[in-house]
Amino acid sequence: MNAVVEARRNVRVTLRVNGEQTEVLFAPYKTLLEVLREEMNLTGTKHGCELGECGACAVLLDGVPVLSCLVLAIECEGRSIETVEGLARGSELHPLQAAFADLGGTQCGYCTPGILMTAKALLDKEPDPGRERIREAISGNLCRCTGYLQIYESIEEGARRMREEAK
Amino acid sequence: MMRLPWFRHHAPDTLAEAARILAGEGPNAMLIAGGTDLLPNMKRRHQSPSALISLARVEGLKNISNGSGGNGEMRLGAGLTLSDVVHCAAVREKYAGLYQAAAQVATTHLRNMGTLGGNLCLDTRCNYYNQNYEWRKAIDFCMKKDGDICWVATASKRCVAVSSTDTAPALIALGAKVRLFSATGEREVTVADLYNNDGMDYLTRRPDEILTSVLLPAASGWNSSYWKLRRRGAFDFPVLGVAAAVKTASDGTVEEARIALGAVASRPFLVEKAGGLLVGKALTDDAIAEAGALVASRAKPMDNADLDIYWRKGVVSSFVGYALREIRGDDMRVTRLRIARHAL
Repeated sequence: MNAVVEARRNVRVTLRVNGEQTEVLFAPYKTLLEVLREEMNLTGTKHGCELGECGACAVLLDGVPVLSCLVLAIECEGRSIETVEGLARGSELHPLQAAFADLGGTQCGYCTPGILMTAKALLDKEPDPGRERIREAISGNLCRCTGYLQIYESIEEGARRMREEAK
Repeated sequence: MMRLPWFRHHAPDTLAEAARILAGEGPNAMLIAGGTDLLPNMKRRHQSPSALISLARVEGLKNISNGSGGNGEMRLGAGLTLSDVVHCAAVREKYAGLYQAAAQVATTHLRNMGTLGGNLCLDTRCNYYNQNYEWRKAIDFCMKKDGDICWVATASKRCVAVSSTDTAPALIALGAKVRLFSATGEREVTVADLYNNDGMDYLTRRPDEILTSVLLPAASGWNSSYWKLRRRGAFDFPVLGVAAAVKTASDGTVEEARIALGAVASRPFLVEKAGGLLVGKALTDDAIAEAGALVASRAKPMDNADLDIYWRKGVVSSFVGYALREIRGDDMRVTRLRIARHAL
């Protein structure tokens, strides 16, 4: 069946964000980024270029890194959305977040949520990726502070800690 | 902050339904698959469709059938993401040129979203067009959208925006076809015939047609390669794309060959004489240089994209050489790493 949403009328959609089902009301032209930040107050996902060029807004959709500025929120019903807010377990940082904090993987921090989510998707599939795989995975995430080296090292250290945990 | 404009949104489940809605909505409606080309353009008001018809839920657009007809052909659904194409082992094995092209489109995130069909239908690009509304308004717009004049070639009667798809030249070299589905029927055209050399009216697809799949001919005896010029290794539209496919006999004699160019006109195109030049010869350095010179003479880059146009034209013969030498079996890994900045 075709699902039609008329123009100039808000839609009510149930979104599953970080494992939690929430009913959200928004204008159908809104991107997932806009709904996360403006309707759900999940401002961890950053608003960068709005055109798919910078990677700051990366989130996981069904486990795959995508740019939330180029996803229509109405097309996300029934799909799993993961944002940086879902990474920490209670008051304890996710091993990737802890590694970024310990190794200076973050400077201004604007690119960090997108990189953390992208790195998480990589490590969920490949627990022990080489430097080349990490470079390729985050090649769509721009960082203007670090020069990337600390980011690569942080992801490698995060991966090591996650493998330790899994033992 | 750039917001999308209002639109009516349809999410049909079947192709027949999608085609019926598209026909009913008329030419002001647009199809949306991955959205990575359309949504940025809508934010900048290049397109303001009255309705969007989403192909995300349409069944069958992600199918891959590999030689099921027994003739060695392969059919790829237009809704496969570029990542799906890159990770398809049969594509890597049989159609290296397509794999290399898909793997160099945009970034990993965008390849996870953007589709094969979407890359083929990619809007043409231009420095005077791919800007936000206020920027374009400040120059009184251009011929492609809202204005009258082409700022790249002010005497030009047509828009010279550049075709920036990577997969199309690769598919043209491979001799692929696309299937177009509408409420009134279905047809197949070669990928080469999908395009007009016009920056505005760049597709021969009718507004009521849906590109549903790509048909690749049998690959036995063929080898293919794609080389892309761009500024950054991680993420850029092509400013030159060279695709080649060559069928050789067991003694190395060329039986058939096709070389296609991207990003040097408003359409990707086959350089027809270049293939004929190679037939009956071995891929010697001389034959490769001759083909390279011929192909370079057909490249007419315009000053509407990144990098210097004379240099972009100047490297065409070298890029043809890289593609043909890779097909010949030369070890091109060092050159590939220098040009593409990752292994392919």
